[in-house]
Amino acid sequence: MSQSRPRYKDILKRKKDWPIVNLSQNKKTFLDEVSQNVFTNLIQGDGRKTLHEELEMTIYREKQRVINNPWRVDPKDDLTFWKRIQKKQLSIKESKDKVTVEKEILKEIIDRYCKEIVGSFNKSSYRFAKRITTFGFARLLNAARVKGFKSIFSRQLDLQDQIHVVGEPEQLRKLAKIGTIVLVPTHFSNLDSVLIGWVIQFLGLPPFIYGAGLNLFNIKILAYFMNSLGAYKLDRRKKNPIYLETLKEYSKRALEWGCHSLFFPGGTRSRSGQIENSLKLGLLGTAIEAQRSLISDHGKQAKPIFIVPVVINYQFTLEAPSLINEHLKRTGRERYYRESDAFSNSKKMATFLMKFFTKKSDISVSIGRGLDVLGNYVNDQGQSLDQHGKVIDIKDYFLSNGKVNVDKQRENTYVQILSKKIVEEYYKNNRVYSSHLVAYTAFKMLERKNSKLDLYSILRLSEDDLTLDYEAFKKSFKKLRKVILELNEQDKVDVNDKFKNKVDESIIYGLNNVGMYHAKRPLIKVKNQILILNASTLYYYHNRLEGYGLEKHI
Amino acid sequence: MALKNTYKATVGVIGTGNFGTALANLLADKCKRVLLYARNEQKATQLIKTRKNGYHQIADNVEIITDISFLAEKCNVIFPIVPSINFREMMKNLSPYLKPYHVLIHGTKGFDFNNKNNALKGSESQIFTMSEVIRQESSVVRIGCIAGPNLSKEIALKMPAASVIASDFDEVIHLGQKYLKSDRFLVFGSNDLMSTELCGILKNIIAVGAGTIDGMKLGENAKSLFITRGMVEMVEIGKAMGGQVEPFLGLAGIGDLIATCSSNLSRNYSVGLRLANGEKLNEITHSMREVAEGIKTIDIIHKWSKNNPMRIPITETLYKIIHEEITVEEAHAYMMKFPFTTEIEFLK
Repeated sequence: MSQSRPRYKDILKRKKDWPIVNLSQNKKTFLDEVSQNVFTNLIQGDGRKTLHEELEMTIYREKQRVINNPWRVDPKDDLTFWKRIQKKQLSIKESKDKVTVEKEILKEIIDRYCKEIVGSFNKSSYRFAKRITTFGFARLLNAARVKGFKSIFSRQLDLQDQIHVVGEPEQLRKLAKIGTIVLVPTHFSNLDSVLIGWVIQFLGLPPFIYGAGLNLFNIKILAYFMNSLGAYKLDRRKKNPIYLETLKEYSKRALEWGCHSLFFPGGTRSRSGQIENSLKLGLLGTAIEAQRSLISDHGKQAKPIFIVPVVINYQFTLEAPSLINEHLKRTGRERYYRESDAFSNSKKMATFLMKFFTKKSDISVSIGRGLDVLGNYVNDQGQSLDQHGKVIDIKDYFLSNGKVNVDKQRENTYVQILSKKIVEEYYKNNRVYSSHLVAYTAFKMLERKNSKLDLYSILRLSEDDLTLDYEAFKKSFKKLRKVILELNEQDKVDVNDKFKNKVDESIIYGLNNVGMYHAKRPLIKVKNQILILNASTLYYYHNRLEGYGLEKHI
Repeated sequence: MALKNTYKATVGVIGTGNFGTALANLLADKCKRVLLYARNEQKATQLIKTRKNGYHQIADNVEIITDISFLAEKCNVIFPIVPSINFREMMKNLSPYLKPYHVLIHGTKGFDFNNKNNALKGSESQIFTMSEVIRQESSVVRIGCIAGPNLSKEIALKMPAASVIASDFDEVIHLGQKYLKSDRFLVFGSNDLMSTELCGILKNIIAVGAGTIDGMKLGENAKSLFITRGMVEMVEIGKAMGGQVEPFLGLAGIGDLIATCSSNLSRNYSVGLRLANGEKLNEITHSMREVAEGIKTIDIIHKWSKNNPMRIPITETLYKIIHEEITVEEAHAYMMKFPFTTEIEFLK
């Protein structure tokens, strides 16, 4: 059975050819380059603050962090280090050669940050981690779905049955051979990194590096996996320019070294359930800088960098209730009760995995068409195309008077262009399931019924007010489905195959799937009524279809 | 002032209308060579022969050309100054020769309006500013616009003036300033391209209206009233279209509004003036050498407002006048009875 489906071969057979292996073998050279570049950039400065002020502020904040917000994963000598640095800085006044000492301090801080950020990829633990994710998951899946526990070694089902990779996987494989890939997926759940990790190896791509929040490294077992999968560490507590500059340079340099990278450009998980529409520009910017720098160094031989948007389509997000409550708490005036994070302990995680594998809830991962760093589509040969399909030279974007020049403001504007394009691609590749539409229809009808109330009052409606007439619901559902199918025709959104079933079937499929694992199902049908059991979770799932202008049609 | 021909650059201008010619002459003060593209062969031959275009004496270092590919090849910086109705077509012709390193700074104060849209009902996506047209039709990203009180005849007479160059890219603003700024022409910069474009476009509506006030000889009080209310309406529409207030308060907004609402030199103003004097719209437009963008803009905003309901009494009234639903006098009576409430709301 499973043999008939595509099996992707590794695009680079020999592990020693993997860019990430090269990087980890030459870690010292790599870090020296990063450190030196950050140093040079910061010495030049942006004219806003003197080096003295920058150092003073950084040291002060770091000391505060160490004292007030220490983490298990922090280096043991954190406090001693910052104390020593502070002492050194305070003694500058007496020193004759003030500037030299300040530069020394700066270099010391940068070097330290480099060491903190660096990932430690390891071939053999990668192999182990890879087996856990594929083999382990697959076994679990068989045990749960086929014939009970005995079938744990059955080969009948594997992850592919549960996770559909759609879109342009073939192009992604081709591009990965020509240039360096930056995967930019949407981010809804903590499961995303595991999922993307699986997709990467499933498609036969060498491992990607990615920045993972340092907080995740607090958990030992996760730290082991992430280290071995090529993760480097992002510490969100550190917001000082020296740290941020080091982080960006790390990412930029890794791209220049040809390491495929993974960014979650939305930053953190989408709290509202809506597709990300404002992206974090910092890391995306490093792709543009790296591309310019490669062109400047290698001219026509420069390796291209490709941005590949990925939409992860769930019908269900385990963390939905806690995410939406956090969102409402942030945006609203009311205090919302915040549940603990759904992945906070391993028991919850195991329960979820069991549920995920025993019930049928499809996940699809849509691989978007490859883009260049300006957001233009590229063809299978990796050439950039303008909107008329004409081949253009990416180099031309960085030219002024015939020469490649560095213009920070220009590149910042390019990041915005790129980010807008990625968001557009997200909306286009977003796959609509009936479950999204039942949630959307029900919530919008609820809003219409209570048009005088604001969102927060709607979420607090009493049980009696949370019912909808089925026939009216069906009518609206049908109408909206038509609009979505029209949008789909225009290539503005993707739809799941089952979406086109008969209306009643489609609604039942949707109702069965919307928030299926939550303790409290958000939406059910009882006789000829639709009952809303959890308005805020429903609101979360409804948000997935915001941004398409559907509200005009209900 | 920088000396004449300070820069070795060759810059291009597309369009031999009044403003195109004025701009080519301004550029000729600072740049070694200016290529002025004429679409019409006959016109080009005539310009080459006479070195005159209306009241403009064409500077010696301005070269009239009819080959648009040559323009794109020789110039990194190009100023397209053509009526909005021809803009997309011009871009389609130019686009095959454009590269992402080109810088385009347009001076067209009108919308591109696509009647044959296949967008969903209620979508605003059929109305575009010229910078959007450039983006849609070419691979150029470094785009800017030039807007401000720039009555061409005054520029031709070498009287002092100023303008705003707006772009998302600082380098575009700097290039524009470098090539245009002189002791008779000041150039300000703005990073708000879309709002600046909207200023230039929307002020034409008000200019038409101001012409009717003068045509009816209603006096200066009435005109001030009209211009001020017109300004408020411009800002409200601009905001609803996604613009910011600030540029409306600058040269591209108030500055341009004052100039065009008080001068016979403005085409849009003249249309209003002649309407008030009893002429019919098609007579007026037929007799004019160049397009009055305001008329088209009134139609477009009228259509746009169907999907974006808001109070725009001035535009609606002008729409009725140009479509002969009411007379100028009736319009005046209507406006004086209009229930305006708060004077300024857009700053809140």
